[in-house]
Amino acid sequence: MSDPGLPTPSGLPTPSGLPTPSGLPTPSGLEVRDLAMRFGGVAALAGVSFTVSPGGVTSLIGPNGAGKTTAFNVITGFQAPTAGQVAYAGRTITRWRPCHIAGLGLVRTFQKTSVFPGLTVLDNVLTGLHLRGGVGVGAALIRRRQVAAEEGRLREAARAVLDFVGLAARRDEIASDLSYGEQRLVELAVGLAAKPRMLLLDEPASGMTPAEKATTAALVRRICDSGVTVLLVEHDMRMVMGISDRVLVLNHGRLIADGAPAEVRRDPEVIRAYLGTAHAAA
Amino acid sequence: MRARAATAVLLVVAASAPLWVWNPYHLHTLIMAGIFAVLALSLNLLLGYTGQLSLGHAAFFGIGAYASALLSVKLEWSPWLGMLAAVVLPGLAGWGIGRLALKLRGAYFVLLTISFAGVVSLVSVNWMDLTNGPLGIPGVPALAVALPGLPELSFRGKGAFYYLVLAAVIAAYVLCRRLVASRVGRALVALRENEALAESVGIDGTHYLVLAAMLSAMMAGAAGGLYAHYTRFVSPEVFLFTYTVTMVIMVVAGGKGTLAGPVLGAVLFTVLPEALRALASWQWQMLLYGVLLIAALFFMPRGIVPALAARFPRAPVSS
Amino acid sequence: MDQLLQHLLNGLLLGSTYSLLGIGLTLVFGLMNVVNFAHGEFYTLGAYGAFAALVAASLNFFLAIPVAILAGALIGAACERLLLRPLRAASIDTTMLVMIGLWITLQNAELLAWGGVAKSVPTPFPTEPVAWGPVSVSRLRIFVFVMSALLILGAHLVLTRTRLGRAMRATFQDRETAALMGVSIERIHTVTFALGAGLAAAAGALLGPVFLLYPSMGDLAAQKAFCVVILGGLGNFVGAAVGGLLLGIAEELGAGYVSSGYRDAVGFVIIVLMLLVRPSGLFARAERVG
Repeated sequence: MSDPGLPTPSGLPTPSGLPTPSGLPTPSGLEVRDLAMRFGGVAALAGVSFTVSPGGVTSLIGPNGAGKTTAFNVITGFQAPTAGQVAYAGRTITRWRPCHIAGLGLVRTFQKTSVFPGLTVLDNVLTGLHLRGGVGVGAALIRRRQVAAEEGRLREAARAVLDFVGLAARRDEIASDLSYGEQRLVELAVGLAAKPRMLLLDEPASGMTPAEKATTAALVRRICDSGVTVLLVEHDMRMVMGISDRVLVLNHGRLIADGAPAEVRRDPEVIRAYLGTAHAAA
Repeated sequence: MRARAATAVLLVVAASAPLWVWNPYHLHTLIMAGIFAVLALSLNLLLGYTGQLSLGHAAFFGIGAYASALLSVKLEWSPWLGMLAAVVLPGLAGWGIGRLALKLRGAYFVLLTISFAGVVSLVSVNWMDLTNGPLGIPGVPALAVALPGLPELSFRGKGAFYYLVLAAVIAAYVLCRRLVASRVGRALVALRENEALAESVGIDGTHYLVLAAMLSAMMAGAAGGLYAHYTRFVSPEVFLFTYTVTMVIMVVAGGKGTLAGPVLGAVLFTVLPEALRALASWQWQMLLYGVLLIAALFFMPRGIVPALAARFPRAPVSS
Repeated sequence: MDQLLQHLLNGLLLGSTYSLLGIGLTLVFGLMNVVNFAHGEFYTLGAYGAFAALVAASLNFFLAIPVAILAGALIGAACERLLLRPLRAASIDTTMLVMIGLWITLQNAELLAWGGVAKSVPTPFPTEPVAWGPVSVSRLRIFVFVMSALLILGAHLVLTRTRLGRAMRATFQDRETAALMGVSIERIHTVTFALGAGLAAAAGALLGPVFLLYPSMGDLAAQKAFCVVILGGLGNFVGAAVGGLLLGIAEELGAGYVSSGYRDAVGFVIIVLMLLVRPSGLFARAERVG
């Protein structure tokens, strides 16, 4: 994996040769600048800028269609923006391919359950550990000892991840046989396996029972405590207010609020966005 | 333990075959089964593991056969160098296809491979100066090994060639097995299972598809080279779609995504036609193939080997 | 210059049948998401069907063609019911392989039924070509072109002006809503596939007399159909119509000015180029990324 490089005060180029958009020092943070995304006549993102410094749980919320998943797609390379820049760990990563962005430590999960359906839970996580291995075709064919050593190492790491998310008992089951809630845990485990420094979670609690949501919320905080910065998109307000250190609000592709959960909750424009009318907060 | 014993028995039976298979025509059938086993394993690498179907694999087979034949006949190179070319040239073609395919998946990838095979086939028929066109290239020399101090060991006879093919099948199987049981194999499977998820954890889809295409093509080319030095005659018939179709059935009916499946499929669908030959003509055979393929997809969609494995389950062991 | 005009005219006439082939496939591929590798076999069935009607049943030439088209459509409907409907939930790979199985089965059935020797279809048209100034064209080819054009127009009218056509378009845009509105999804799938098969059979019945009949004639037809679909864009009716003409002209120019042996390579090369450069077709609107 590549090292994050030196901080870049006002305009000095980063080791990759490209300056970060604002020139501010973000040695291992995410910076999004004037991000825009248009489909035909519709602007899913209309000039969004924010920074996420390392540490803590930041939530990205907003009414349906506000552009949250689009933002994730653009940040992690699954879509190319119409305009704007994304920088992470001191490198400008706009339009990079997702696999290279993951190599920098920025990993995302998906809104729809996304696992490797035909594989066992263990194999799912082993696949997620791809970047932690180094065996290529040559080694696979002739270096049996190296392969065996790596496989042993990766299996240990997989077991650790599964213990962390609480899926150790389901290790040998086929992922598609698991319940919805458990599959979302598998998805989380796969993302964690990739050793992210920042994890982007796209609606990790959607479709879950209240009990499952509580477990997920606790898990997210534990992930954060283990040193991974979390940026999450969520609709469940209670969960968001409960675990976030900071909240960003999108509406119609624009950022309309950015602050601590308590202030954002009282922000009249946020209330207007969600309710559609200028009602005062209760 | 049971699997180890079964494999050992199988190897002994296979290794001793020339001793108890008296009819040379039957030995010929086994040799062809071996060549097809290598082909089926090569197609399986792409179809069974990355999930992409190549309907142009006969092209890699043919390029390998022609490369080796042309180099050993026209340039009078050693047939072993020809074999090397039979592996390298299709490998380049496979690499090219993989790189051209980029984001093409599913039906678009299939169409690309069909078109590639179509062009190659047309070239083999029309570029008379290079390939002799429909007349083909006769007189391809047999492979031979000349060790200092020993008499030359020629692989001209069926018995000797059988061992060469057996060695090739074992090599191909071991190669695939080692690949599949490593991080590389997992990356290939990840492409098939959920490419977007794979990319999000750092797996470079394009890189692994190109790799799979290249390795797959190299194996198919090796089979082609073996074919050329066995039949000692190469014509545009190697590009016949029948070969591709047969390969696909072997892999799908045998069990794509397994290693024993393609080998079983190859043996089954080489031996079966010979057995049926007494009963029915070649056209009925191909007709039956089509029906069998459809039936297999309906009733045993994962193939024979997985169906058997489900019947006789062992304790679940993560791959 | 005269040669060029002749090539262009030939290309146009031939291309009209490619349009027929392509439209049939683009409907099935684009709307049903089924990769119909057996498409060429319906072309062959149409050709042999017309031949059988003419020779065996001694039907009038102008009757044999609609009979062949109907036969193709009916067999297509049967295939859809028996093979595709049970697999509706399966992956596109399984469907693709099943269609390949159908392809093999049909082609070898045709081989068994009619033998491998090429046959020629007798036509009521005189063989001397008609001269139109600098170019000449046979009456048969004019007939083929006119019939193709009529069939294409007819299909377009069915799709845009009839209730059935509206139901088809609705089903493929939004299945659940269409079902809620009372559309029988199963029937629409069968009809669409039958329409595709019928159009392919029409192309076969029309082109059969122009060339010779042999059991593997469908392979090239299928390749050209895929080429047209890729040129025009998946599911794009007008794109396929125009694509067919473009392919016909490109082939004629290639065969005339480069080499006739590589004539069929033109289609392959176009496929490869299109897949590399613009897989969504020449007529796709600005891409919606993702």
